[in-house]
Parts: sequence; structure tokens; C-alpha cells
Amino acid sequence: MLRGLLTTPSKSACGLLDIESLDRAEIEAILERARYFQPAPGETYRRLETLRGKMIVNLFFEASTRTRVSFEIAERRLGADTVSIAAQTSSVSKGESLVDTLNTLVAMRPDAIVMRHSASGAPHFLARHLQIPIINAGDGTHEHPTQALLDARTILDRGKSLEGLRVAIIGDIAHSRVARSNVHLLSRFGADIVLCGPPSLVPRELENLAPGVRLAYDMKEALRNADVIMMLRVQLERQHEAPMSAGEYFRFYGLRLEHLALAKSDVIVMHPGPINRGRELSSDVADSQRSVILNQVENGVAVRMAVLERILP
Amino acid sequence: MSALLIKGGRVIDPASGGDGIADVLIRDGRIESVGTGLQDDDAVVLDATGMIVAPGFIDMHVHLREPGFEHAETIRSGAEAAAAGGFTTICCMPNTSPVNDCATVTSYIVQRAREVAKVNVFPIGAITKGSLGEELAAVGSMHKAGIVAISDDGRPVMNARVMRRAMEAARALDLPVIDHCEDLNLSAGGDMHEGVQSVRLGLGGIPSASEDVIVARDLLLAELTGARYHVAHLSTSRSMAMVAFAKSKGLAVSCEVTPHHFAITDDELVTYDSNYKMKPPLRCQHDVDAVIEGIVSGMVDVIATDHAPHAGSDKMQEFERCPFGITGLETAIGLSLAELVHKGRIGLTRFVELFTTGPANVLKLDRGTLAPGAPGDVTIFDLDSKWTYDVQQSLSKSRNSPFSGRQFRGGPLATIVAGEIVWRRL
Repeated sequence: MLRGLLTTPSKSACGLLDIESLDRAEIEAILERARYFQPAPGETYRRLETLRGKMIVNLFFEASTRTRVSFEIAERRLGADTVSIAAQTSSVSKGESLVDTLNTLVAMRPDAIVMRHSASGAPHFLARHLQIPIINAGDGTHEHPTQALLDARTILDRGKSLEGLRVAIIGDIAHSRVARSNVHLLSRFGADIVLCGPPSLVPRELENLAPGVRLAYDMKEALRNADVIMMLRVQLERQHEAPMSAGEYFRFYGLRLEHLALAKSDVIVMHPGPINRGRELSSDVADSQRSVILNQVENGVAVRMAVLERILP
Repeated sequence: MSALLIKGGRVIDPASGGDGIADVLIRDGRIESVGTGLQDDDAVVLDATGMIVAPGFIDMHVHLREPGFEHAETIRSGAEAAAAGGFTTICCMPNTSPVNDCATVTSYIVQRAREVAKVNVFPIGAITKGSLGEELAAVGSMHKAGIVAISDDGRPVMNARVMRRAMEAARALDLPVIDHCEDLNLSAGGDMHEGVQSVRLGLGGIPSASEDVIVARDLLLAELTGARYHVAHLSTSRSMAMVAFAKSKGLAVSCEVTPHHFAITDDELVTYDSNYKMKPPLRCQHDVDAVIEGIVSGMVDVIATDHAPHAGSDKMQEFERCPFGITGLETAIGLSLAELVHKGRIGLTRFVELFTTGPANVLKLDRGTLAPGAPGDVTIFDLDSKWTYDVQQSLSKSRNSPFSGRQFRGGPLATIVAGEIVWRRL
């Protein structure tokens, strides 16, 4: 059973709030189990009965396509019943507080809640007040734990080891929950991580986020000998000031085909999506042999099945 | 009329330097005498053996929320919480609704306090109309109505020219200008101290520099105008260094710190508990060390709570949506004893000074002393009794304290205002 944030004596002892509070063995167990769920080439995910009779509510207070659909497919492939709610159609738009909304849902006795929310720590806040497993599907600019797990599964599928792996994460690190979850996961396994982007989006304190992290403001330096390049979307919606112009950004921090020569010959290019072609990476990179963006999406289902199975015994 | 004789306590009076076992006799609301073996057949006797008897404690930074936000606190409830925290005098900030920016509001607060408050309440007036930072408030009229300082606490004046004019006006009236030092452009979007923890938690940061640049500006303006200037809830090492420098140059500068800024750091925020959200934010250990060093060295003049009650529903939200501020009246003495006295950092006379002569000197109040003829305000506390703070028992209308459940050694035992025992612990 997964633990929540270790520092909180949470009433809901199980759930998945973030990567930072998971230990290495738990991460390994999920990644190994996810492999069992992966379909054989050309096949679909198997339909299982593991979670038969369980009711899972997917509560998305923020727009999402891939994560929400991925969770829904994972839940249904495991035999669970699911209800998905988007915030626009809920009572939140009538001014109901988050705690009241969740209490209302919990009164209908679901077995777990999968939640995405625009506020960092929203699932941690709820976990202190509710007795139900909460799976964090992305909280503000904090963490997106299942994304880091599916990224790790994708890297391992390419035959790479996480230990000593050279990973360049490039873009809007400050506002990226994907970056934080990946840093915690990769650091736990001894990867070398370079965080790179414009100075206003790569605050200096990030260097102390976890062991093995360093910062670079020059993309070429970040890419040198990289095994993995993770590109991030510029999250204009979370910035409090006028951003760097799109042209300037792409010129200095956009990934183009010629950059790949700086990295290792078997480098892979990852992106959590949605991608903005011509903004953070060029179209030819997104469609190149080195891109594993669709493998990430595919692994999302397997990894989420593994997480759900662990949380709902 | 009435008399109260406090017998056998250890009387500490920083104003006179006194520290020894003595009796304190209060008659008709004023200190009559302090000495050994005092007798008075008509007086009510309070046995203070084993306790510390000090001039009434003053909290010069409190939010009472009345008028306008009575669901969070009222003048009555705030005064009760103050009494339970050992305070005999509190000064209330002007960010009510309406803002205390004219004599009418000031008079309302003064009158209301006279009717319902167990402790002395002195209002602080706004610097600008509506605390909007543009036009000076009616400072002279408010002064006549009873304000003891001016401040746009919580909505600091960003325009340096307006601040200059405010200082000039305050100087003419011999009022101190209190500033909540925060550059609102630098702090915009921030919910906690900017540092490794804010980056880790994905919360917007409030850099130390947002406080420091305003302290620097204000000190230059204080020199330009000759005004008496007071830094509210100072929280950073650089601001402390600048205040020390200004003092060394002979400027009329003072500063206060809050118990939460020297008792805890931004490490507490990992739970996303909004009871750790306030402005200035909980800083890192480096800043906490500097604040404590300022207390030890004498650079800090005052401990104040910045008691900022918020209704439970306002604090039961996602962290970034919650308002800033925590309550503090009932835990100030306990926290200060724990962090400063029990850890051997300061002695008891210095401890009492930070709550009495310190604020009295900043505000030029005729209080904070046990000299004969002074108001009969006394705070009685001890150093040893074990107690646990339970916020559900708080006399404040709000419950937003991060210190509920904390165990304390020593705390307030009785609060005496003008010779009346307004609160005592069981």
C-alpha cells in the first residue's frame, strides 16, 4: 500500500500524493508491476477483474485529455466502475468550497478519488481532512507522480538503466509538476539531472531540490551526452509576468533536430504533452525516430493500472 | 475606592531596573507603591508567590477586525484573547471595513473599546485614505481622536513620494510611522518564503528582498524627513542589518518581531497547512537566526504578535486561496519564553522589556512601568507551569493558530488592568 506524504499523519493512510514521499522499493515495485500490464505488440490492454465492484471518481478541476482518459482506461481495464467529473460542470462553479465538494462525493462512498487541481498541495490538504485514498493526477506546480512513473517505465523499456543516466529537462521548470516528480524519482535512482531554461523559469534554489541536480542556462551545455531529453511546455497560464517572446524562446530553448547530435547517439526525446510544435520543439523532432512521446502515453495506462491495483487491494 | 495588593511575587520592572521579591499595591486604578511588607486592610490580596509580576504587557500589532469583519474577531473577543495571553494593552491596525482612515472610525473604536474591551485598546490610523496608497488620510483628526501611530499595514504604501509626505505629517504630530515592508511587485503571486522549500512545494515565493527594498527605502525617507519610523514584523537578516546601521547613525528607528518568525521556519509548510501562511512569510533558518541575534543584541525593540484572526471557512481552502495571517495573542508569552528565556538567550528583564518599555517607548505611552502613579496594569506569569495550547478553547473568535497542541513551560497566570483582575488561569 502506498503512503501519502510522510510528514503528515494522514487519515487516509493510503493513496498517492507525490513521488517525494515514496521510497525506491515502492517505485521499483510499481514499475515492475506496470510491465506486467503492458500489452503485447499489436494487442489491446487485457480486461481484468481485479477492481471489480470498486467505484473510482475522477475529479478534474483542470483541463486534461491524456491523463483523464488514461486513468479512466486503466480503471476500466481493471474492472472498476468510474465516474468522471470536470470542474466546469460541478458545484464548484456555484461557489462550493473544495472540502465541501469532496465531502459530498465521499458521502456517496467511492473507493478512491483521482484528482487534478490547479492549486499545489490541494490533494495533501484534502488527505488531512478525508478518509479516502486520493491519487494525485497533478497538483498545481507541485507534482504529477504518475507522469514520472510512466516516464521511468518508458526509459526502462528502451533498455536504459536509471543509475548514472544523464537526463536533460528543458523548459519551464519553475511551473512544472512533471519536472519536480521526475527529479525526485530519477534522483532516487542516482541519475545525473540537468535542468535548463530561461533564468526566470529555472530558479537557482532548484539545485537543492534533490541530489544529482545541476542547472544550466545554455541548452547546448545541457544536451551534451544526454541519454534522455525531456522537453516541457511553457505554462503561460501560470506565469505572473509577460513571458519571453515565442520566437526568442524557441531560438534559445527550443529543441531542433541538429541539437540531437550533441547528445548520445541513442538519446530519446520525451514530452509530457500537450506539445506545442515550433514553440518548445520542432515538428521534425516530435516526429523523429528518437521521440518516444507516444510510448509515454501508452505506458500511462499500464503504470496507472499498477498504481490503482496497489492502492485498492 | 478599590485596592489590589499583589504579594510575594518576583517583581521585574525594566523601567526602574528592579528585580526582586516585592509586593505591588494598586489603588484606584494606579500603581501606589512597590515594596516589601506592604499592608492594606481594604485591599483584595493576590498571592503571587513563585510567580513573576511585571508591568502590563503591550501588544502593539493586533488585528481586531471590527468594524467590518466581526465574524472573524470583535473588539470584545480580541480583547478577551489578549487578556488570556497576558496583555493589558493592545494596538489595533486600521485594515478594517471601513478602514480607520478618519476620526469617525477612530472614535468608534475608542468608544466601543471603552464599552466592551477588557484591556486597553489604542487604535493605529491609516497612512492613506482607504489604505489605497495615494492620498494621505486625515492624520491630524485621527490623532485628536486617539490614534497612537499610523500604518497601512497589509497594504503598504508603494509610492515613495506619498510615504515621504506621510512621514512629514507624522513628524509634525510626533506620531511614529509603522510600515509593513513589502514590495508588492516583488511579492506578487507569492504564498510563502522564496527558497528551496517554495521551489520544492511548487508554491509561489515571496523573496526576502521584497521586504528589504522597502526597509531600505523607508530608512532613507526617515533620514530625509526626521520622522520616527518603526518596522513592523521584521523577518529577514538584511532588514535587521539595515535597522542596526540606521540606529548606529542615530536615526529614530525601531523594529518589532513576532514570536512565529523566531520560533519556526518555512520547513513547516510541507503539510500545506494554511495556518503557516502569513505575511511576511515564515523565513529560513538563516533569517530566524538573525532575528534572534537582533533580540539578543538589543536591536529589536518590541515583540508583537500580528494577531490576525480569520474565520475557519477562509482558512479551510487550497493553500494559495487562503488569506494570510495567524492568531498569536494567547501563545506569545509561551513561545517567547521557550525560544528566548528557556534556551538561555536573554534574561527576564530583557524579556519583560520587549513587551513593556519597548512598545511604550515606540508609541510614547505612559505605560509599561510599575512606577508610582502609572496605570495599574500588571501581567503575572511564571516560568515552570506545564500547559498545552488548545485552539478550540481560544477566546478569539478565530482558530487559525499553528500552535494548537503545543506544550509550553511557563505562561500567563493573571492579567490586571487598572487594578482589576480581568483574566486569571483557573
